[in-house]
Amino acid sequence: MKYLCLIYDNEKEWAKFPKDVQDKYMGEYMAFGDSIKKSGQYVGANQLQPTSTATVVRSRNGKVSTTDGPYAETKEQLGGYYLIEAKDLNDAIKIASRIPSVRSGSIEVRPIVERISA
Amino acid sequence: MEEDVAAHVRDKVDAIYRSESRRVLATLIRLLGDFDLAEEGLHDAFTAAVEQWGEKGIPANPRTWLISTGRFKAIDRLRRSEKFESADSAILDRLLATEMHEQSEEGVEDDRLRLVFTCCHPALSPDAQIALTLREVCGLTTEEVAHAFLTPPPTLAQRIVRAKGKIRDARIPYEIPERSDLPARLDSVLHVIYLVFNEGYLASSGESLTRADLSGEAIRLGRLLMELMPEPEAMGLLALMLLHEARRRSRTTQFGEMILLEDQDRSLWNRAQISEGVELVESALTSHRFGPYTLQAAIAAVHAEASTASATDWAQIVGLYDVLLRADPSPVIELNRAAAIAMRDGPEAGLALIDAILVRGDLTDYHLAHAARGDLCRRMARVAEAIGAYNRALELATQEPERRFITRRLNELRFTSPR
Repeated sequence: MKYLCLIYDNEKEWAKFPKDVQDKYMGEYMAFGDSIKKSGQYVGANQLQPTSTATVVRSRNGKVSTTDGPYAETKEQLGGYYLIEAKDLNDAIKIASRIPSVRSGSIEVRPIVERISA
Repeated sequence: MEEDVAAHVRDKVDAIYRSESRRVLATLIRLLGDFDLAEEGLHDAFTAAVEQWGEKGIPANPRTWLISTGRFKAIDRLRRSEKFESADSAILDRLLATEMHEQSEEGVEDDRLRLVFTCCHPALSPDAQIALTLREVCGLTTEEVAHAFLTPPPTLAQRIVRAKGKIRDARIPYEIPERSDLPARLDSVLHVIYLVFNEGYLASSGESLTRADLSGEAIRLGRLLMELMPEPEAMGLLALMLLHEARRRSRTTQFGEMILLEDQDRSLWNRAQISEGVELVESALTSHRFGPYTLQAAIAAVHAEASTASATDWAQIVGLYDVLLRADPSPVIELNRAAAIAMRDGPEAGLALIDAILVRGDLTDYHLAHAARGDLCRRMARVAEAIGAYNRALELATQEPERRFITRRLNELRFTSPR
């Protein structure tokens, strides 16, 4: 079963980290990625550009509007994700608890809807 | 004659339902991989028992009969289902592939533990954990659980549906946690049992101070957990509940007025529950792997063993609070320790500690902190200050019996007041 692990962290704090701390974090991310690739649990992953680059698009009554997003001021922002293959939720929680940002931010674990292809 | 046989079978089935239905359900959930399907299977199996046992006699092993009948009935239901979906067909394939083995006693008990741990999974909200545990593990109806928690039945039913949906869709596994996860997962089970007990013992709102049936249910759950997994903290929690429950009859007057521990009629205390609780505390303490529940139980045991309020060993209680505060630091425990220090060293010492907690701003909205302060001022004959503290406590208290108690204290103080 597939789960999406959404990584939420405080991007302003992250930007303030000195280079060597950021490098150490990235190193940990690389090691984590390698380990779940080796164990066959890796499906996909991406890091996102900061929310300052985000745009929100809506269409209402056929009219498309575009705004600078995200509007809600939250303490933690979505900064990236891993798509993983896990046996069950306990297995997924175990993997999520090894994502480096689990110590400073939080990881939301969401099961993927499985559709049986016709 | 025939009617006699039918009545006899019904009685027998009722008795077996009471003693076996939770075990049968726990195993059916594992075999069928679905809570709702297992509940329907359980229901069908008992219906079949009433119909068939009269003619064919009661089987040698009713539990095995019920499990295998429940499983077949569930498979039948899946086949007949009008909205037979591919997901169901996957369940069906898996069901038919797994052979039914005779259940060993140990296997059945493992299924009960799987059920407890699944209902108390930390990925479910605390409210949902409680509702699901009372319904699936204890066998209470949705209406009974709703009534006990003063919640409208539709709200509670919705909570249970949502929890079952999460178990299914997020795939919360039906398993006993691995050793490395066990301490945290066991904590979550103990917490659910303790919340159920407290709701029965302290009833967070409303007219009456206690709801005995919920406490009884929590004690039954505590016994089940102890039987299935005799961990020190499971012992400690059961001991804590028994030692509190032992004092139930002495805690209120016949008119529902609250009686403080020091004023309780100790001859009303349940000696059997106290000695069982004390024995459990002692075994938990000797394990050296005990935690906050065992320590709280040990404190309750010191109170329970004192023949009069004045014979209480306050030095030992303070010592236990010191250990508890290190194991589980919290302002409420600090407050209780301050009250014990007041008893050991005099009200001035206790008051200084309580004031320090309040100055920190930790318990400023907690009515018991102000009531404790009022009590110490009262003992030191600082009447005006005591009245001020009790007034603040009254503003914050929500439980009727507690409010009446504080009001009584205020009236006494106003009466002794020089003005």
